[in-house]
Amino acid sequence: MNPFSTHGTRSFRGVIWMAAAVVVAAGGLAMASLLPEGNPLHASAFVVSLAGKYLAYAMLALSVDLVWGFAGILTLGHAAFFALGGYAMGMYLMREIGARGVYGNASLPDFMIFLSWKSLPWYWWGSDHFAWAAFLVLAVPGVLAGVFGWLAFRSRVSGVYLSIITQALTYALMLAFFQNGLGFGGNNGLTDFKDILGADLHAPMTRAVLLVVTGVLLAASLLAARFVVGSRFGNLLVAVRDAENRTRFLGYRPDQVKLLVWVFSAMIAGLGGALYVTQVGIINPGEFAPANSIESVIWVAVGGRGTLCGAVLGAILVNLGKTLFTAWLPEFWLYGLGLLFICTTLFLPQGIMGLWRHVRKPAPEEVTPEVSDTQGDET
Amino acid sequence: MLKARSACLVAALWLGGALLPGVAHADAFSGLSSARPDETAATVSALAGSGAPQAGAVLQALGERHLFTTPDGGLYIRHGEACIDARTGQPVAVVPDGLKPIRLNNRIRTALAGAQAEMGLIAPQADIRLKAADALYGRHDPAMLLALDHALSVEKDRTVRTRLMQARAATILAQPPGQGAQDARLEAVRSLAAAGGLEARGILAGVARSDAEALPVRHAAQAAVSSIDWHLRAWGVLQNAFYGLSYGSVLLLAATGLAITFGVMGVINMAHGEMMMIGAYVTWMVQQGIRATIPALEPVAILVAIPVAFAVCGALGVLIERGLIRFLYGRPLETLLATWGLSLILQQAVRSIFGPTNIAVQTPAWLSGSVAVGGMDITLNRLAILVFAGLVLGGLMLVLRRTPLGLQMRAVTQNRRMAALMGIRTPRVDALAFGLGAGLAGLAGVAVSQIDNVSPNLGQSYIIDSFMVVVFGGVGNLWGTLAAAMALGMGGKVLEPTIGAVSAKIAILVLVILYIQRHPRGMFPVRGRGVES
Amino acid sequence: MTDDLLLDVRDVSVTFDGFRAINNLSLSLRPGEMRAIVGPNGAGKTTMMDIITGKTRPDTGTVRFRDRDLTRLDEPSIARLGIGRKFQKPTVFEALSVSENLLLSLKGIRSPFAVLMARRSEREHERIAHLLQLTRLQAMADQPAGGMSHGQKQWLEIGMLMGQEPDLLLVDEPVAGMTDAETMATADLLREINRTRSVVVVEHDMDFVRALGVTVTVLHEGSVLAEGTLDEVSADPRVIEVYLGR
Repeated sequence: MNPFSTHGTRSFRGVIWMAAAVVVAAGGLAMASLLPEGNPLHASAFVVSLAGKYLAYAMLALSVDLVWGFAGILTLGHAAFFALGGYAMGMYLMREIGARGVYGNASLPDFMIFLSWKSLPWYWWGSDHFAWAAFLVLAVPGVLAGVFGWLAFRSRVSGVYLSIITQALTYALMLAFFQNGLGFGGNNGLTDFKDILGADLHAPMTRAVLLVVTGVLLAASLLAARFVVGSRFGNLLVAVRDAENRTRFLGYRPDQVKLLVWVFSAMIAGLGGALYVTQVGIINPGEFAPANSIESVIWVAVGGRGTLCGAVLGAILVNLGKTLFTAWLPEFWLYGLGLLFICTTLFLPQGIMGLWRHVRKPAPEEVTPEVSDTQGDET
Repeated sequence: MLKARSACLVAALWLGGALLPGVAHADAFSGLSSARPDETAATVSALAGSGAPQAGAVLQALGERHLFTTPDGGLYIRHGEACIDARTGQPVAVVPDGLKPIRLNNRIRTALAGAQAEMGLIAPQADIRLKAADALYGRHDPAMLLALDHALSVEKDRTVRTRLMQARAATILAQPPGQGAQDARLEAVRSLAAAGGLEARGILAGVARSDAEALPVRHAAQAAVSSIDWHLRAWGVLQNAFYGLSYGSVLLLAATGLAITFGVMGVINMAHGEMMMIGAYVTWMVQQGIRATIPALEPVAILVAIPVAFAVCGALGVLIERGLIRFLYGRPLETLLATWGLSLILQQAVRSIFGPTNIAVQTPAWLSGSVAVGGMDITLNRLAILVFAGLVLGGLMLVLRRTPLGLQMRAVTQNRRMAALMGIRTPRVDALAFGLGAGLAGLAGVAVSQIDNVSPNLGQSYIIDSFMVVVFGGVGNLWGTLAAAMALGMGGKVLEPTIGAVSAKIAILVLVILYIQRHPRGMFPVRGRGVES
Repeated sequence: MTDDLLLDVRDVSVTFDGFRAINNLSLSLRPGEMRAIVGPNGAGKTTMMDIITGKTRPDTGTVRFRDRDLTRLDEPSIARLGIGRKFQKPTVFEALSVSENLLLSLKGIRSPFAVLMARRSEREHERIAHLLQLTRLQAMADQPAGGMSHGQKQWLEIGMLMGQEPDLLLVDEPVAGMTDAETMATADLLREINRTRSVVVVEHDMDFVRALGVTVTVLHEGSVLAEGTLDEVSADPRVIEVYLGR
């Protein structure tokens, strides 16, 4: 029944390697982008922003894996938290444009002048400060997840019901953000950004730094997630996932357990969205589309549910595939994606990481540096 | 006043025509060929009351741009090569040289409409007279007062009479109040109040505001406006209720199939919307096929499409269950992902075959148009869908209650293990239940094709609402699905006028989310020890 | 009078969709007592357990544990008061190792934040070692619980119950599917547990109930039909009627 029973003691040693690899790769690519254009190792601005996008998506995948892989909550609405983080950062970037917009108004973004608004709505207050934006990037998804999760988990909404209402949540948000009256640019969203913290967003140096920052934050999120799932709380999470009732009769409150990881996960997703928007240069209501959330679930499924590395790996691989596919055979991408969904669920329930473990199975688990070290100490 | 002026004009023209040498046939028609549009318009108005035998045909030809003139003042009605003399109605053998169409401008069109209405008042058929009275009601042209009075004096038909009275009232009130006309105006206010509608409200509100009006008339008009407002609001509520029922019935059709597969197998079929989409495309193909082979049957093509769509989608459903779902048995969340993948493939396949744009599914004549019930507009296609949804639900109830398959499906829904132990072949029940669900989606597709754009994205626009209905209504209870579909349909349409369509949708989604939190198993949950939370 | 009762179920009724699962049931237990509950299928045994542990809320009636009204509390609160429950089907956390299972069960840290920050203490180490020894699962300590046999899971679950250190244990059909030898060993274990804690056992197996040698309550159609020693109730004509008559 449970596909994860093969690794009762879960150590997540690979996560550290993965975090290191992400930082090294992001750093390497950033340096390559700073090389002169004639250099064979030069990485173009396109490649750098693409890589930044993949890493931001990897954070979304990581957040989905935390709740789906470890708490058993199949979220079909996590892109909502991602997009909210993106909008929170987008508001700041919008204000950074200042008087350089088409209408040249120092305090109102172009779209508000277009709608003949006279002043900023209250919720744009403080959006010209980076620190406040950074706070909102975590706080808005966190609070929404907190309220939603508190209601849902407390009343024991679970399984398919929960999946469907997470989808309804992101759908409702999408409809809302499409409306001009909400004050987030309607259809067009937020775009035409110029600077971040005074640095030109289009300068190679800024882009390189952003990529490195994204890599480092992804690595940090990976390690934080590892701390959570590797702790006793991680055990409790798995216990709740597999036998929620039992934990209740042991005196735990599964709703609180789920809520904690749900909010944590939403914050990681929001952070991913904020990094996404700085590098892709636009955020619009399309990011809330239910299809986006479901796609992020398949990244996790492809990489391997319940393995933090798998989420990162899956997100990068599937998006790389999407980039290549849509360039070569644009009509066939949806066939490919559809087949990916079907084949992964049918034939690869544990994803690439499961396959990897299967291949490595002959090597006994005991032969690992940590274990031999402790044995060495004892003898 | 206007009438008087145009009469003068006509007289002057006549005189002018008679005095001018070299212009033939100076008669009631000759002004039509004038180069000055206001002359033409005046002639048109005059023609209606002239009693000239050809007047009706000439005015109609003018309206349809079939009226031509020759430089010497001849008037001809020409349809392609056939040409008749407009004055006599006799065909002419040779098409005369230098035929020029008589051009229409807004003035002439206005005059034409009035003239045709005036002539319609004396037409022998009651429905034409009613139409004419309607037209005059909307125009309140004082020049028509005489014609209206004349028509009233001879009219026998009650409906037409009432309408004529109202037209007359509207016309009277549209004029500035004169001396000693208070009684007539009061009478007119009463008549309009009885008529109701936005048109009457507009006139009455004008009267109530007017300082020139006598006080009793103003008061009466004010009272009439309030009464009409109340009626309009009441009918507005009913109209919205109808829209709500109509949307609810679409949701019901879309959601029943989903609810059945969810109830029996615990599986949410994310490709359900695509089944609807395919049902709509099947409808289109059936229509095209029938048009190409037996055009006489075209009006009933939609009826033929119903069983075909059910069969096609049902077969597809069985295929999906056998080829995909059964391998994911016991993993409902994975099924969700796999069927989502399937929905992407189906969408893209339809896009590749039929193209990404909307296709035009015909609505047969007998489903087009609407009937007015009081102040309410009932569109026939929506009414038909309402009835259809009722029939489908009824049929489904019969299948579930009266057939062995229905019994087995209910047994599996309630206790799969026990059902299996009692010898029910659950895999077969699963396949058939899935087929039934998909077939129902096909039926929903047929219905939706009559009211919505049919494109490869059709399914996406219904799927989330259908999910909402299923989780709102609870599992394994068709009454729950019915109540949820109608509640969501009505809720949306009731909120729509006050907060707008999109906000209404958002509000409904949020309300359902909140409701599910309070009642995690929907409106009609199954309670008891056997139910695992 | 009620002060010296540990558990006092009074006039409890509950209805599912018109079916009266529990009908005016009253039952009480003194501290340190062990009670066996028997009754035919559908007599309301499991529903009674559900009511005591807060899974099902009664329509009427009160359930008192010491001086607390259990009908107002949810499952975790009741568990924290000191009522442990063992399910009919052994329920352990299959993806976790045996010692991780036991660690989660140990009385103490329950709030999610505290669990997040918790590190295994020396005392917890000792407790787990003791429980492993008690349940004879030392060799399996680091194995995933999912890979164990049915009987081992039963014992692990009992070990987890002990880890909770409850004052009252509710045990639902502990010997279903066990061999005779295992059944008798389980009876010994329950008697051992009963030396420090109160126990309510629901069981069909009359040999097992006899081996426990405690007061028996017979449930029928949601109410108490008879109460007394096993010999007394087996002689009761109404009990014979219910068990054999139909």
